[in-house]
Formats: sequence, C-alpha cells, structure tokens
Amino acid sequence: MDFPSFYLDHLAGGRLIIGLIASLHVLINHPLAVGAYPLLTWMEWWAHKNNRPDVDHLAYRITFVVFIVTTTVGAMTGVGIWLSTSIFAPFAIGSLLRVFFWGWFLEWLVFISEVALILWWFLSWKKADKPEKKRKHIKIGVALSIMSWLTMAVIVAVLGFMMKPGEWNQTRAFWDAMTNPLYLPQLGFRTFFAVMTGAVFLWFFSFFFTKKKGALNPDPRRLREWIIYRLSHVVLISLLGTYAFGTWYWNAVPETMKANSSVALLTQEFMSWHRQFQTLLGWTLIAFLMVGVGGLDRSSMIPRWALLIPAVLSIWLIGHFERAREFMRKPWVIGEYMYSNGVHKDELAFLQSEGLLKHATYVKHREITESNKVECGQDIFMLACSRCHSTTGLNGVIEKLTAMYGPDKPWDSAGMQLFIKGMHQTRTFMPPFPGTDVEAGALVAYLQQLRTHPQTLPGAQSAGIVIAPEALKPSKIADSQPTL
Amino acid sequence: MPALIATIPIPRDLPLPLPVPEWLLVVCLVVFFLVHILFVNLMVGGSVFVVVAEWMGLKNKRWDALAHEIAQTVTVNKSLAVVMGIGPLLCINLLYTIQWYSANALTGHAWLLIIPLVIVAFLLTYLHKYTWDTWAKGRKKTLHQAIGITAMLLFFFIPVIFLANVNLMLFPSEWEKVRGFFSSLCIGNVLPRYLHFMAASIAMTGLFLAGYFGRRNADISHLDDFTCPELRRLFYKVCAYVTLGQFAFGPLVLFTLPSDGITTQVYVIIFSGAAVGLLTLWLLFGELRRDDTRIGSRYWPIAALFSIVVIGIGSGRHVYREAALAGHKAAIKNRTERYAAALADFNKNLAAAPAPAGQSAEQLFMNCAVCHAPNVKLVGPPLTEIAQIYAGNPEGIVTWAKAPGKKRPELPQMPPFNHLGEASLRKIAELMLEKGATSK
Repeated sequence: MDFPSFYLDHLAGGRLIIGLIASLHVLINHPLAVGAYPLLTWMEWWAHKNNRPDVDHLAYRITFVVFIVTTTVGAMTGVGIWLSTSIFAPFAIGSLLRVFFWGWFLEWLVFISEVALILWWFLSWKKADKPEKKRKHIKIGVALSIMSWLTMAVIVAVLGFMMKPGEWNQTRAFWDAMTNPLYLPQLGFRTFFAVMTGAVFLWFFSFFFTKKKGALNPDPRRLREWIIYRLSHVVLISLLGTYAFGTWYWNAVPETMKANSSVALLTQEFMSWHRQFQTLLGWTLIAFLMVGVGGLDRSSMIPRWALLIPAVLSIWLIGHFERAREFMRKPWVIGEYMYSNGVHKDELAFLQSEGLLKHATYVKHREITESNKVECGQDIFMLACSRCHSTTGLNGVIEKLTAMYGPDKPWDSAGMQLFIKGMHQTRTFMPPFPGTDVEAGALVAYLQQLRTHPQTLPGAQSAGIVIAPEALKPSKIADSQPTL
Repeated sequence: MPALIATIPIPRDLPLPLPVPEWLLVVCLVVFFLVHILFVNLMVGGSVFVVVAEWMGLKNKRWDALAHEIAQTVTVNKSLAVVMGIGPLLCINLLYTIQWYSANALTGHAWLLIIPLVIVAFLLTYLHKYTWDTWAKGRKKTLHQAIGITAMLLFFFIPVIFLANVNLMLFPSEWEKVRGFFSSLCIGNVLPRYLHFMAASIAMTGLFLAGYFGRRNADISHLDDFTCPELRRLFYKVCAYVTLGQFAFGPLVLFTLPSDGITTQVYVIIFSGAAVGLLTLWLLFGELRRDDTRIGSRYWPIAALFSIVVIGIGSGRHVYREAALAGHKAAIKNRTERYAAALADFNKNLAAAPAPAGQSAEQLFMNCAVCHAPNVKLVGPPLTEIAQIYAGNPEGIVTWAKAPGKKRPELPQMPPFNHLGEASLRKIAELMLEKGATSK
C-alpha cells in the first residue's frame, strides 16, 4: 500500500522470479558451500595423512569449480533474494530487516569471513608445498567450513521465524524470534541434507575428474573407488540424519500450516501429481541408498554414470522442499503478523471497515463511483491480490474463477462478491479480503471487465505511479499539512 | 499548498521501530558504504587497466604480463565488493525504507537485471583470467580480449543502475514522472555523479596498484622489463592526473545537484574535503618528482589523506541527503502517527464491543452459499441434490466436508472445511438438508 507496486503480470507478480533465484541459491549454498567445504577439507587432510597426492589434486579440482560457482552465482543469488524481494514485497523484507537486524548483521560478518576464507583457501592451495604449510592450509579449510555452516545457521532462524513466530508477537524481541520452535529441527534437517547432497555433488564432479589419467592422477579407477567408498558412508549417515530431523521438523510445523501442505506440495490443480511425487521421492531415496550401500561394499561395480543420478534427483528434491516450505507459510508472509499482501493482522478489521483505497498511497481514486468502479477495482487488485495472482497469466485470477464458475456462462457478480468476502474461509491459504463491501464490488467489476477484455496489468516499473490526494476532512487538512 | 500533497507521495512507514539508534545506522551507512565503494572502484578501475594493458601488450609483451597480473587482483576485489556491499544495503534499507524501496520498484526492471548482469560479468572476469595462457595467440587472443572488454562494459553499466536508485530516492516530488529506469536518469544529476565515480575508480585503482606493486614483498620477477619503482611511478601518475581532473568533475556534481538539500553545512564539508584533496594532490606530484630510490616513501600519508577526502565526500553526501529528505521524512512520520492513532482507536472500540455470540447456522452457511445454491448448479451441486444424496445422514456431509474427494469430473474439487470445527459443520449440514428438502 505504501510502496509503488512492482509487478510482472505474466509471471504471477514476480513471485516466480524470487522463487527461482532463491532455489538456485539454496541449490548452490547447501551442497556446494555448507556440504562440500567440510568434505573437501577432510579429503585434503586425508590425502596429507596418507600421502595420496591424487586425492589432494581431486579435492583441489573440485574446489576450483566450487570456488567459481559460489563466488559468482552463489554470492549474487544470495544478494538477489534480497534485491528481488525489495521490489516485490518491500513491506515484508523491510519488516524482517527491522526485527532481524542483528541476525542479518551477524550473518554479514560471518559472510565476510566466509568469502575471505574461500579466497585464501583456494588461492593458496598450491602454494602450501611443505607439511607445516599444508597443516596450516587445512586449518583454513576447517575455519571456512565452520563459517559457511554459520551463515546458514543464522539465515535459518529468519526462515523459521517467518513460519512460526513463537513469542515474537508479544515481545518483539530478537532472541525470541531466534529461538523459535522450528529453528533446531530445520537447522538439523538442512545440515544433514547439505552434507548428503554435498557428498553427492562430489561424486558428480568425480564423474568428470576421474575420466582420464594425469600426472597427478595415475590411477583414475582407484581414485573413483576411493571416493565412492568413503563418501557412501557420509551419504548413508546423513540420509538417516535428514530423515530424523525432517520428521521432527514436520511435527513442529503448526497444524494450520500442515492443513495447507497437501496443496503446498504441488498446488491445487496438481493434486493428482501427489502419487507421482511419492514415487519420485521413493526413487530418490533408492538412488541414494543404492549408490551409498553399493559404495560400501562393491565400490568397483558402481559405473561412472550412476554417480550422476543422485545429483540430478537431489536438485529436484531441494527445489521441491523450498517450494513446499514457502507455500506452507500462507496466508502469512510473517506468521500471525503480516499477510502475504502486506496487510497487518491488527489493521485488517480497520481496513475492512474504513476501506483500502482511503488509506493506500498509490491509488487513482479515494471514493468509488459508478464511473470509476473498474479503475478502483484495478487498484484494489494491485493492492490485495497482485502479490500472488496475475490477471491472465500464471496463477491467473481469471483462470481460477473460470475453474469455479465455468467458461461459457455469465458469472454472477453478487455471488462473486460473496465469495471474495468469505474467500479466506474456503481457501484458507488466501488472506482475508482487506476492504469494504463496496470495494469488493469494485474488484468484481474489474474482474468481470478483465474476463471480457483480457488486458495485461503493467507494474509501477513501467507505468509509473498515480497518487490521489489523501482522503481527509477539509478541516483537518490545515493542521496535517506537511512542511515541504 | 494542496497541490503539493497531490504530487508528492507521503506513504506510511512500517509500524516497527528501528532496531538500533539512528545515529549509529548513519555512521555505519557512511563508513560501510565507503569501504564497499572502494572495492567497487578497484573492480571497475581494474577492469579498465586490464583491457588497456592487454591491448598495449599486442605490441609489447611486457604489458600483457602486467595486464595478467592486474587481472588477478580484479577477481579478488570483485568478491570483496559484493560482500562489503551487504552492510550498507542493510543500513540504507533501514534508514530510508520508504524512499529506497520506492526507487527500487520504479526502476524495477533494471534493478532485477543487476543480478544476472553481475553474475555474467563475474563469470567473464574468471574466464578472462583463467584462459590467459591458453588463449594467447591469433583468433583466440582476439576472443580473449573481447571477453575482457565485455566484462569491462558490464562493469561500466551496472553502477548506473545503483546510481539511478541512490539519486531517485532523494527526490520524491519527481517520482510521479518516472516511467521506468531510463526515464529516471533524467532526474537529479545522475550523469555528473557517474563521471565523478568513474574517475574515482581509475584514480583509486592507480593508487592501489602503486601500493600493490611497490609493497615490500612484491614479487614481480615474472613481469619482465618492469621495475618496482617504474610501476609505482606509472600508477602514481595515473592517480595524480585523474585526481586533478576530479577538480573539474567534483564541482560539476555539486553545481548540478538540485537545490533541495543544499545547505551551508554541505558546502563547508565538501570544500574542506576539496582542500584536503588539494594537499593530497600536492603530495602526489611531489612523489612523482622523487628519484627511483625514494619514490613511494610517502605512500601511507597519501593514502590516509585520500581517506579523509573520501570521508568528507561521503559525509557531505549524507548531509545533503538528510536535508533533501527532511520534509518528506517529517510528513511520513506525521502520516504514520495519524494512521497508528486512528488504528489504535478503532481496535480499542472493537475490543470494548461485546464479543459476538457463536455464529448461527445461517451465518455459517454463508461459507457454502458461495458455491451451493438452492436449486441451480452454481459451482457445486445444488442443495436439492445434496439433500437427496444425504437424506437423513447429516454426518455424511460433515465427513465429506472435512476431507472432500472428487466425484464429478465437470466440477472443481471442493476445498476442505476442517477448520470450521465438528460442531459448526454439523449445524451447517442439518440446515443444508432442511433447505434442500424445502426448496423443491
């Protein structure tokens, strides 16, 4: 209401973009930073102890890839989550930053040391040519592993808080939010998941790096067997950890959010995919188990291509987990505090009584008349619906209504208005309509017009903003005059 | 002035207090930003030096080796530029929540493009660095140079997006005119600020490299035909002449600034900074006149003086920003408080009103009436049909409503109503059967 609405109509607002950036970030951060650094450090240590330069060289080559990816795509998608939410949900990110300032500040300090350590670790690897230098180098790797885990530990607090704010609502205290009930299970789940997928990604890279003989890699087959055997232990143990913490996490997710989760898994119309989802989940576990158990005993029998399967499946798993987690949060963007369209819980009744248009900043009209009804409805759509729905594109509002009211008969405006008012009861993952009855009527008028004349709704980034004067009683204007 | 209210947006601030005292955030913003911009300068300036030196290396190999050496610093500085940018971004988000996010949204397309553009620029700098020895001849060398130039051009463009935002946030009265990123460039003085920034990037990188190649344990054995003093003199020279040019760009920035935030204080800070700048320049040209054995002995005093100049510019900017936005911030505060008071009043009355009794069956039924009409098929089947199916079996409706399945292929699946509770569902079910039986 108080920020110009950035909007990409065909992409359901821009949510998809945040989702893609965030998933890409997690996909890089979990396996490649949190999971891989400790495993690579361990490889370096093992190679040093057992005098195996081929293992050291393999660790170095994998680190090169991890270094390039984490310091480009990894770092920028992390910042990118922030940059994209800044324009798409400024009310949410702005509030989170005020509550979580110290968390984010701490995160920043840890992140600075993480970046400094990865630069130092990778760029000094080949210079560590003497045993004492090598020992020091391994210590840098240990510090890096700790720091990259810590960045995740801090951020998970923020994510947990958005799902279940715990005591925060009463006290507004930072530590309350930090110790919210979902924190430990989620952190444990992500840690084991990161190590598991990290090990799998190491396998994935080994697919490429154990192909040819080289000066530092005289026996690629032996090296591949080594890494399969060793990492299969890691995969199996962290698979158990992921399962244990995943169960705890699931049980701690609030009941109401759980009710959403059957929808969360693949959104309503994809409910029929549910069985496919379970099948795929089963195959993922089997793939991890096969390579893991096979690696324990028969590492020579595992073909090279088999190492690719768990990596591909884990990409899919990570993306899916994040999507379900994000959806389960609905209708809140900050649990029990702010709805996903930016309306605060405590102002809902006020807005329903006074009206959205009266208190919004960027609207064309304050009063709804017969002639400006559709324009008002459009502004209301932008304020109340556009953070999740497009007009005619992805998750389009017309598409949803067509599924309800049918494609070939006229839609009953009175019925639609009734539906909008009670929508929160029938679609619990949608926030309550935050306006008056007249405003619901204007929204229906806009939707009816949109149905007959489908038209893309441009966002503030291309159409700019319109500012109607604040609705005030004439007598009040004098004393509320801003001094400009 | 009612006309003013109509054109200057006065939004409400977020109803949460700042997490730390404002003055602390201001200090953090100014200091962290300068650290960030230093590394950005070294990244942008470094990419220019690399491109120029590589091009000179086509005639004389020694420049090519130098370009490769500088390229090693760019990839490190770029990582630090990103990570050091987070702190100031955090501070500006908190201090100027409304103005900053509004500018971001108004330039939204470009703002989002920052992410892929920076990723591509970074990947290209790595590619450029790690293919240096393998793409060294003929066509491959041309491709190699093209990669370096592309990365440099991206580094030239990305700062424009940030500058457009930093600039646009200062002038809320102009927001209504903005139609996308390019139109925002016409507001304020983006171009002079950009020139000032680019010149600073070259000058700062010059100073950095003079120190980098002149440091005590610098190993330049692989840079044939260069000596430490020679490199030091070269980069000192670049720094000195470009800084001299800043005495043209600086006033240009100052005098093209919209008058909104110009105060005596701003002038005093900026001109004091400029005076220290002159002193720095005098020292720099003094260094250039020294012989090879002594050049560089004043490096740290010069660097310290530069820091003072830069802190002066940074503080001057902040004072300007505060003055330009003082009226807007006050108006926002006023509106936020009025809204909070009205809201508190409303919620007080709401709490004082007698609690509504449990909903009647008719009220509860409104949840269903949206889809189920008495005798026509609306979204779901009509009540008459339901009454037939569940005659004498209200429990059946309750069970169904708690976890609906999908029976009719032509209709959308019904959402679950578990959240209404067993008792309410039972009431609804009985009413439904009653209505269904009577509406025939």
